[in-house]
Amino acid sequence: MTEVGQPHEASPVPPLTGATVGAAALGTAGGSAIDSTVEAGLELKVRSQWSYARSRFLRHRLAMASLIALIVIFGCGIFANYIAPYSYSTIDLTNILHPPTTIAHHYFGTDEIGRDYFSRVIYGIRTSLEVGVFVAFLSSIMGLIIGAVAGYYRGWLDNLLMRFTDLVLTLPALAILLVASALLGQGSQWRVSIILAFFFWTQLARIVRGIFLSLREKEYVEAAKAAGSGDLRIMFRHILPNTLGPVIVNGTLAVATAILTEAALSFLGFGIRPPTPSLGVLVAGGEANPQQWWLTIFPGLTIVLIVLCINFVGDGLRDALDPTQRRVRA
Amino acid sequence: MLAYITRRVLYSIPVLVLSTFLSFVFVSYAGDPLAQLRITPHISQQTIQNLTHQYHLDQPVPVRYWYWVQDVFEHKLGKSLVTLQPIWPDITRTLGHTLQVVLTAELLALVLGVIVGIYSAVRQYSFFDYFFTSFSFLGYAMPVFWLALLLQIAFTDIYLRWHVRIFYTSGLNSTAGGSAWSLDRLQHIALPVVTLCVISFALYSRFMRASMLDVLNTDYVRTARAKGLPEWRVIMGHVFRNALIPITTVAALNIGAVFGGAIITETIFTLDGIGFYFFNRLSALDVYAVMAYLLVTSVMIVLFNLIADILYGFLDPRIRYD
Amino acid sequence: MPEPLLSIRDLVVEFGTDDGVVHAVEGVSYDVFPGEILGIVGESGSGKSVSTLALLGLIPLPPGRIPAGTAMFKGRDLLRLSNRELREFRGNEVAMIFQDPMTSLNPVLTIGFQLGEAIKTHFPNERHEVIKARVVELLRIVGVPNPDVRFDQYPHEFSGGMRQRAMIAMSIANSPSLLIADEPTTALDVTIQAQVLEVMKRVQAETRAATILITHDLGIVAEMCDRVLVMYAGRIVESGDVRTVFGKPRHPYTIGLMDSLPRLTEDEDWLRPIPGQPPSLINRPSGCAFHPRCFLSQGRGKCREEVPVLREIDGDGHGSACHFAEELRERPSRFAETVGGAA
Repeated sequence: MTEVGQPHEASPVPPLTGATVGAAALGTAGGSAIDSTVEAGLELKVRSQWSYARSRFLRHRLAMASLIALIVIFGCGIFANYIAPYSYSTIDLTNILHPPTTIAHHYFGTDEIGRDYFSRVIYGIRTSLEVGVFVAFLSSIMGLIIGAVAGYYRGWLDNLLMRFTDLVLTLPALAILLVASALLGQGSQWRVSIILAFFFWTQLARIVRGIFLSLREKEYVEAAKAAGSGDLRIMFRHILPNTLGPVIVNGTLAVATAILTEAALSFLGFGIRPPTPSLGVLVAGGEANPQQWWLTIFPGLTIVLIVLCINFVGDGLRDALDPTQRRVRA
Repeated sequence: MLAYITRRVLYSIPVLVLSTFLSFVFVSYAGDPLAQLRITPHISQQTIQNLTHQYHLDQPVPVRYWYWVQDVFEHKLGKSLVTLQPIWPDITRTLGHTLQVVLTAELLALVLGVIVGIYSAVRQYSFFDYFFTSFSFLGYAMPVFWLALLLQIAFTDIYLRWHVRIFYTSGLNSTAGGSAWSLDRLQHIALPVVTLCVISFALYSRFMRASMLDVLNTDYVRTARAKGLPEWRVIMGHVFRNALIPITTVAALNIGAVFGGAIITETIFTLDGIGFYFFNRLSALDVYAVMAYLLVTSVMIVLFNLIADILYGFLDPRIRYD
Repeated sequence: MPEPLLSIRDLVVEFGTDDGVVHAVEGVSYDVFPGEILGIVGESGSGKSVSTLALLGLIPLPPGRIPAGTAMFKGRDLLRLSNRELREFRGNEVAMIFQDPMTSLNPVLTIGFQLGEAIKTHFPNERHEVIKARVVELLRIVGVPNPDVRFDQYPHEFSGGMRQRAMIAMSIANSPSLLIADEPTTALDVTIQAQVLEVMKRVQAETRAATILITHDLGIVAEMCDRVLVMYAGRIVESGDVRTVFGKPRHPYTIGLMDSLPRLTEDEDWLRPIPGQPPSLINRPSGCAFHPRCFLSQGRGKCREEVPVLREIDGDGHGSACHFAEELRERPSRFAETVGGAA
């Protein structure tokens, strides 16, 4: 401690991170929120990136409400066997085309051969959930790998992959999916899912490639290389964690798109075929019987609700995980 | 500028070739043009052999692609193996009808979307903004087929109850071979147009709003204000032009989805468009007709992308020297 | 003492954010006299830019708020004017030059158009040829080569230094009496910096406009400015003549800044930063905002409890906001010999 009145001879102090250093370097204020420092009179709270993300998400009331709604809806799907009053194929020819009622638990009415619609919708939810998650998962992995390889290795490989991605984007998506489904799908839920996944990876590949492109130039990658780390290790350990945010957001939104697309395919008759239940197939049943409004409304409304909630949650996730916040302009 | 346009056109050609080649390869492996004939009882093995040779089905795929391309130019897409009719006349007729619906819907969606987007951004957090934000979210979540179906049921219901035909729910005209530019046609395509428009509108209005907000926060808008420009001049002269740039990309990327949506709406409203044609031909496993559809649609998509690229060049001078 | 051209009193600017209220400017008062160059020095977050943006109403008012303060310019309080009234001043009597010329110019409009717009907004009846001639002339004044060709070019076709020159040209287009330059050279290479500063000096000499030069670079202040204000955490901590402040700094922060500059004439093992971190503008330290990092404070109660007021010290318009500024009198100043003043 220097005393008052003494010629100021500040003891030479090595430059502190974040402190004011050098000539015109009165630059950025404060370090990243990952540092934890407690100094006299100054207290910086310790907060990790994830806790920031979590608190941002929790503030998003709409996303929270949607998340709860989704848990309820998907819960119904997962536990369909316990919740649905009937199996989706129980026929009751004495009760065909009955409007919604509380009698005999036909809350959504019955269809043209007396099957309980409520049960059919619930089993349809389960199918949609399975398809959506599977497609999102598969396409995310594909997108990650392709994007990572393209962004990390650059050069001709990157060019090739990106041209290919562009090409896929110029194809008429629904048409190709319909053809694929019609010729290869054979109405199977899993085949259709794989076919869908082949179209959904492009967006994530782009984003992941961007991240890999920018991060591979960073110093810590150079340092890791100098220390002898192989390419794979660098990609996994250093760069990949940074893609987690976009992967989660993109994956969530992909579930919604997958559900919508599968419903469209099944509605037209080229996607999932009976006996596997699908909400799209149910709406098609509604088309055949336009006077029985419940046949069209309930499955369609379910799709809209699911997709809406997923979109809200995805929006909330994007707000929470995207570091470039634009809330306040000072 | 001209050099830029030429470059974009030249670039489109290999894209077109590769795109159609991909489709061709895919369909060739997945489908068998002679499948229907094979299961027809009275057609002999010999006939099938002959046809196989005649249609080059015993050759490797790239060779077959080349034959097919030649066929496209010389014989105008050849004949369907199922209906044994030439494909070209069907395509041209139906494409015209589809384009009428699709272009109307897209133009409407763009114009409305841009206007709503601008106003939402400028009056952020107002009732207008919240209303259209909600509307957009609903639009994203709405399956095309469900919306189309709802509209069809609703307007059929109106007719059945009150005997008033506001919009028709099927067909292109009340009588076959009606005029393409009549009120009758308008009444028939109104519902499909609205269906397609809603989805695209949701996309464009959201993007325009986001783009406007991005631009409103830039330094050059601050400079414009600092020069003393009135706010409306800042918005229309500086913000609007810059905000429009990403929309061209979005619209171009969306065109594929719109053609997909056309398949669905045409099927539901039984319009004589290329989407309904495709649906029917696919159901009949008519491979050559399906390929013809894919080719034509690919051409449309590449063409629209080209137009969007050129428009982009007009709007953003930085891109011209690419 | 001539009449000040601009008189700011007790200006307070805040921003409401999700994490709390950011107190960007906390009761700032200063004058700007005609024809002088006033430097405002401080770190990012010191409030130096915000205080001037507030003058022209360029702060977005949600989330920003201006709860207090007056800014008298030619007899009118700029902070009380409506947007429409303020517009007459913007780009006309009061002009601004911003930091990053690449993002401060519209990329899809030509330079000629943007400069012409600055003139046409305030003189809408001028003919196109007259405006074009004036723009070309302005570009020539700031040293842009081939101005008639450059007129039709876009910002991305200009180099960084040229863009900034174009911005300077745009700001003087209507002969303002007050020019505010917000870190005009920060985004430029050092060699280009020198050129642009030359242009600014020349322009100022010719137009005799009062200039507020905001920067974090002490070297620029020394070279360009007549008077200087040092800001920290939204308040002015020292003010005065450049020679006086550099020769006899009377605030620990100013001293810390000058000490942190690397010395070319001596051997040094380490740089001497100001210890600690700049304060959060949401949770400011109590009392004097600088006390946690201050070598003079030594934990004294007054520093922790009482906000120091900017008061005159040693006469001659030299002000310091330190409770114990007098104790700094005995310190030899680093720049004393250079400046030629006594310690």
